[in-house]
Amino acid sequence: MTDARWSEPAPTRRRWSWTDPALRSAVIQIALGIALIWLAWSFFANAQANLARQGIASGFGFLDNSAGFGITQTLIPYSESMSYGRAFLVGLLNTLLVAFLGIILATILGFLVGVARLSENVVIKALASAYVEVTRNLPPLFQILFWYLAVLAAMPNPRQSWGFGLQPLFNFLADSFAGIGLAPVSSMFRALAGDVAGPSVFVNNRGLVVPRPVFESGFVWVVVAFFVAIVASFLIARWAKARQLATGQQFPVFWTGFGLIVGLPIVACFALGVPVTLETPHLQGFNFVGGIRVIPEFVSLLLALSIYTAGFIAEIVRAGILAVSKGQTEAAKSLGLRSGPTLRLVVIPQAMRVIVPPLTSQYLNITKNSTLGVAVGYPDLFAIFAGTTLNQTGQAIEIIAITMAVYLAISILTSALMGWYNKRVALVER
Amino acid sequence: MKRILCAVAGLIALGVGAGHAATLDDVKARGALNCGVTQGLPGFSNPDDKGNWTGIDVDFCRAVAAAIFGDATKVKFSPLSAKDRFTALQSGGIDVLSRNTTWTMSRDTTLGFNFAGVMYYDGQGFLVRKSLNLKSVKDLAGASICVQTGTTNELNVGDYFRTNNLKYELIAFATIDETVKAYDSGRCDAFTSDQSQLYSVRLKLTNANDHVVLPEVISKEPLGPLVRHGDDQWFDLIKWTYFVLLNAEELGVTSKNVDEMVNSQNPEIKRLLGSDGKYGEAVGVPNDWVVKIVKQVGNYGEIFDRNLGPATPLAINRGLNKLWTQGGLQYGMPVR
Repeated sequence: MTDARWSEPAPTRRRWSWTDPALRSAVIQIALGIALIWLAWSFFANAQANLARQGIASGFGFLDNSAGFGITQTLIPYSESMSYGRAFLVGLLNTLLVAFLGIILATILGFLVGVARLSENVVIKALASAYVEVTRNLPPLFQILFWYLAVLAAMPNPRQSWGFGLQPLFNFLADSFAGIGLAPVSSMFRALAGDVAGPSVFVNNRGLVVPRPVFESGFVWVVVAFFVAIVASFLIARWAKARQLATGQQFPVFWTGFGLIVGLPIVACFALGVPVTLETPHLQGFNFVGGIRVIPEFVSLLLALSIYTAGFIAEIVRAGILAVSKGQTEAAKSLGLRSGPTLRLVVIPQAMRVIVPPLTSQYLNITKNSTLGVAVGYPDLFAIFAGTTLNQTGQAIEIIAITMAVYLAISILTSALMGWYNKRVALVER
Repeated sequence: MKRILCAVAGLIALGVGAGHAATLDDVKARGALNCGVTQGLPGFSNPDDKGNWTGIDVDFCRAVAAAIFGDATKVKFSPLSAKDRFTALQSGGIDVLSRNTTWTMSRDTTLGFNFAGVMYYDGQGFLVRKSLNLKSVKDLAGASICVQTGTTNELNVGDYFRTNNLKYELIAFATIDETVKAYDSGRCDAFTSDQSQLYSVRLKLTNANDHVVLPEVISKEPLGPLVRHGDDQWFDLIKWTYFVLLNAEELGVTSKNVDEMVNSQNPEIKRLLGSDGKYGEAVGVPNDWVVKIVKQVGNYGEIFDRNLGPATPLAINRGLNKLWTQGGLQYGMPVR
């Protein structure tokens, strides 16, 4: 028995008609795609033809040629006889270093100033407002030049460096630890004090020079201990949360984690007989040799970027906190929460929703503004690769393309990380 | 930002501007020569407070304009940093780069340029503080050295210190002003560049007499004008403008006597000044081109003396830049 209502509808053949919206949009999209590919290809072919006609070299083979120029700050071993590819890596690491440290400093400073602007204390509030108005309204390039030419150039030359001794500090620490009966800790500081007789930290117009810790082979276990402590803290945090959900009992997660992460490496360090010595810098000829030197180009760029961007972050933080209505705080208090948990569990999570998206833009700005370091000779990716290398090889198309791709990748990576964080702090509606 | 814009403009021009080979026609149609010069280097190319450019590199471009238009003022000068100069020429932003640029093989070949001649034979030296009491470049072991990025100087320092097993720290700046400022503020122990440039930079320092140029010359720096590869007609005109400046000096043709010299019976002068043969037309300009050049700009010797010679603050000895007849290297190919 069949019923017309249950029968399958007759298979209708799809008609090739321009009035079919799905078909029409598919055709248009394919045509557009082909046109775009053709356009890109014709740009490429035309550029190739023009380069060949002018006799300009093309391709990426130049990356293997030796660079020939020196670089002031190298995080990985580098010499003039290494390739342009290596110089590219040196520049990339320098960019990442200043961007990473800049983001951390700007965030800390920005949060402090942002909170200070909401302070009840009139002086603190006025100082914070003045900070924001001054830093936000001066061009970043100007601020970089200010730190470089006005502040750092006023430092003495290497022969007249301001030297600071670390020995009294280490001796003081050794005495203090001996006083509270921690003899092994005391002897470690005593040994370090022996390494740094005389002044060992120097400030001059060539930068800041500090002693360099020299790690002996056993030090790797201290690093292992550090990572073990991090993993352990993470597991403890998970266990504590599960237990709190199940039983309501709280566990001092923060203090255990802190104790583990700081304590475990220290214990490992002593177990291995303190496998660290300090190498002190000393003046030889024109400059200091030994130790670690932080160049003034880096310092001025980092200071300018952090201070400039912190002004914007402060405003973002202030806006975020003000966006949480007062009723939320009052509701939390009426539930009996103390002010600490109120801030931590009620106000900040809601403020972060507002803070994180614009904060991402500021982080991207730090990375992009780091290219201004070229004005003070900071060897970042832009200066080394899109500057010197481009000039020496003349391969503008390849180099600009690589540089754009790298900055784009850094920015997209930053955005993706912040996007992931934003999802975590976003308001979960139940 | 400006640099990025330049580079992007260069990319677009390279990608889109399909082969316009006839630079001379473009220049004639435009009514002015686009000439790339420095951002300010006394003696070579330097703007005064009224915006008038002077220097031997500037005068070379004026000579080209005099040849094409019969008017040495029809030049538009584009100040360029060492770093931006090549992109500007490659992309067609300028017609000729006359910016104390060292003639090297890679620039002549893989960068896609042709060098027309050597306006100034130079070599790289070092400027240091007198108070350091240095006798030689080798005393600079471990020193911090300031240099302008994108120059042959940057590479020569690396070669020289490496060959001599000396440690050094190189701080590279984008423009000459930034480099000099850093040296002056004490960031560097030495400033390195072509010797001619050291003398002119020394004049810009807070206290010129506290600084001294070390005697050694560590490299060959033949500085001259260059054009894009691939336009032979334009290359010929630039190259022969340079040669006729030398020939005019060699034959004693100066801006003061050129009007009488037109009537000279000396066959070499007759060919040079266009009263015999059609040598101007051969490079696409009027036959009296050399008369216009010498009358308005002068011969090579006059250009040198006016900008670098003993009467100027730079007071540079002609040295290698004397004519070959006087023991120098300047040698103009014959007009025949």
